[in-house]
Amino acid sequence: MIEFEQVTKVYPDGTEAVKKVTFKVEKGETCILLGPSGCGKTTLMKMVNRLIPITSGKILIEGVDNTKLNEVELRRGMGYAIQDIGLFPHITVAENVVTVPNLLGWPKAKKRQRAAELVELVGMDPVEVMDKYPAELSGGQCQRIGVARCLGADPPILLMDEPFGAIDPITRERLQDEFLKIQSKIKKTIVFVTHDINEAIKIGDKIALLKEGELVQYDTPAALLSKPKNDFVAAFVGADRALKGLRLTKVEEVMRTSPPMVKVDEDLAVVNRRMEEAGTKWLMVVGDDRKFLGWVGKSYLEKSDRLKDIIIPPAATATRSTILSDALSLMLSSVIGNLAIVDDNGLLEGELVFDDLYKALRRINVE
Amino acid sequence: MLNKESPLKQYLLPLVLVAVAIGVTVWMTSLGQVGLYFVATPGQLLKATVVHIKLVVAAEILAILIGISLGFVTSRPKLKFVSPFIIGFVNIGQTIPTLAAIAILGIILGFGFLAGVIVLFVYATLPIVRNTHAGIKSVDPSIKEAGRGMGMTLSQVTQRVELPLALPVIMAGIRTSTVINVGTAAVAGMVGAGGLGEVITMGIAVRHMELVIQGAALTAALSILLDALLAGLESWMTPRGLKVAKAAAGVL
Repeated sequence: MIEFEQVTKVYPDGTEAVKKVTFKVEKGETCILLGPSGCGKTTLMKMVNRLIPITSGKILIEGVDNTKLNEVELRRGMGYAIQDIGLFPHITVAENVVTVPNLLGWPKAKKRQRAAELVELVGMDPVEVMDKYPAELSGGQCQRIGVARCLGADPPILLMDEPFGAIDPITRERLQDEFLKIQSKIKKTIVFVTHDINEAIKIGDKIALLKEGELVQYDTPAALLSKPKNDFVAAFVGADRALKGLRLTKVEEVMRTSPPMVKVDEDLAVVNRRMEEAGTKWLMVVGDDRKFLGWVGKSYLEKSDRLKDIIIPPAATATRSTILSDALSLMLSSVIGNLAIVDDNGLLEGELVFDDLYKALRRINVE
Repeated sequence: MLNKESPLKQYLLPLVLVAVAIGVTVWMTSLGQVGLYFVATPGQLLKATVVHIKLVVAAEILAILIGISLGFVTSRPKLKFVSPFIIGFVNIGQTIPTLAAIAILGIILGFGFLAGVIVLFVYATLPIVRNTHAGIKSVDPSIKEAGRGMGMTLSQVTQRVELPLALPVIMAGIRTSTVINVGTAAVAGMVGAGGLGEVITMGIAVRHMELVIQGAALTAALSILLDALLAGLESWMTPRGLKVAKAAAGVL
């Protein structure tokens, strides 16, 4: 846990970079420091590991004032990744990754093993890259190694200053996805600096939005989007905040769990009746084990006398954990307005109806 | 992948030059037997060469010790206030003509080996100070900050980051300094420091070009030989990762 209490930074020339900032980062949470450039977010982060000395106020790490701790030990106990990556060019990837274990004097075999583990964790082949030098890697690979390095000695806290800043958008998206996957495994307490609202929404548990050194709003991404505290926040999150909100909501929150459906061996007359009852032109067809087989449309009913022959196989399905923005584009790409929700084995779990999605969208906007 | 120059190519030209210079010396020396020519004997030449090397090595060792220290001091952010003085002194120092400095120091310290070493030391220090300063300053600040941020002490940042990264530039300074040193040592012959300069000076004094050629050719051979030797040392000491980086940058 990291607690910021009235944290203030005044530079010798009188600039107030950070003004009385107070908030708390819970254990295992990813806290995003977000704001336009010059808002003090990097300064605030660097005060945590004392790369920048605090002017007044306190930063408590697990309840201990960080100025009471030995500076070097404090830093070795926290992962640190920066935008420019800062890999050491003269030593190998493996040596880079275990920089902190090296400082802590781990035995050689343990370091080597740890390096391999971490390289693998960030999605690279240890055999292939461990003995290469940073100059032999691509930009994206260097970023990965930068992240692996900050995990070196398995610190409980990570400080990351735009760690995915210097790469192309496609690689960045992929690294963010992997970051989320890794974080769900390792559950570190993370302070993550970015100026990219989309990155903040995607990976943050909490977002601290800063403006000119002041904390404007500290909230979950959903709350930041749905209840911006003032015009600055609203403008910063953008006019399309409702659409952004779709990225925060998962299908399971709005899907219907007992949708109208028919079994594949049902008589067509029954199918027709079921359609009229439900007031719909499309029904989902399932097998005996509730396996989702496809859709049947009203206009197809006359074409055959067996349901089996007129099933339209699904163009797309989603799962409970699909985010609404992805679900929306799946829906738009299929002729049937609704989306079947299945589990990993293809068994039907529910249905996502466009109206419900629309309501969810409205809700974000209105709240 | 490594864009390595073949050793043959790298050392061929220096070897040829050294061979030519030594050949010229041997030819000149052999003329002594004819009796018409006034030349130094092989024994005298050997002695002069040994003294010359002693001058250069003594001055160079002092220059490396003091030069790297001064270069390092001037690169420290906390000692920023002294660096303009040292760097300014270094730059002015290099503009003073060698001969003038030698004459003045000769008057002050008396003519001899010691005066020679001191003059050489002063001149040899300058490129080392400058390159050490520049080499350390050129280390990417974000790399140093990454080191600090991960919990390196200041001296660990110096040992593990700054010095290894600055090493090629420092070594290049030492190499330049040594080559200059061999040449300057020839001039130091004038203050009675001994060495090959003495052979040259004598040749000029008695107007015998054979003597001048003997001394000059050997000085040239020595200078080329040391340069090639230090180039090899420089490449051997450069961390492999930096060579890879350089090769990669060359390809791009």
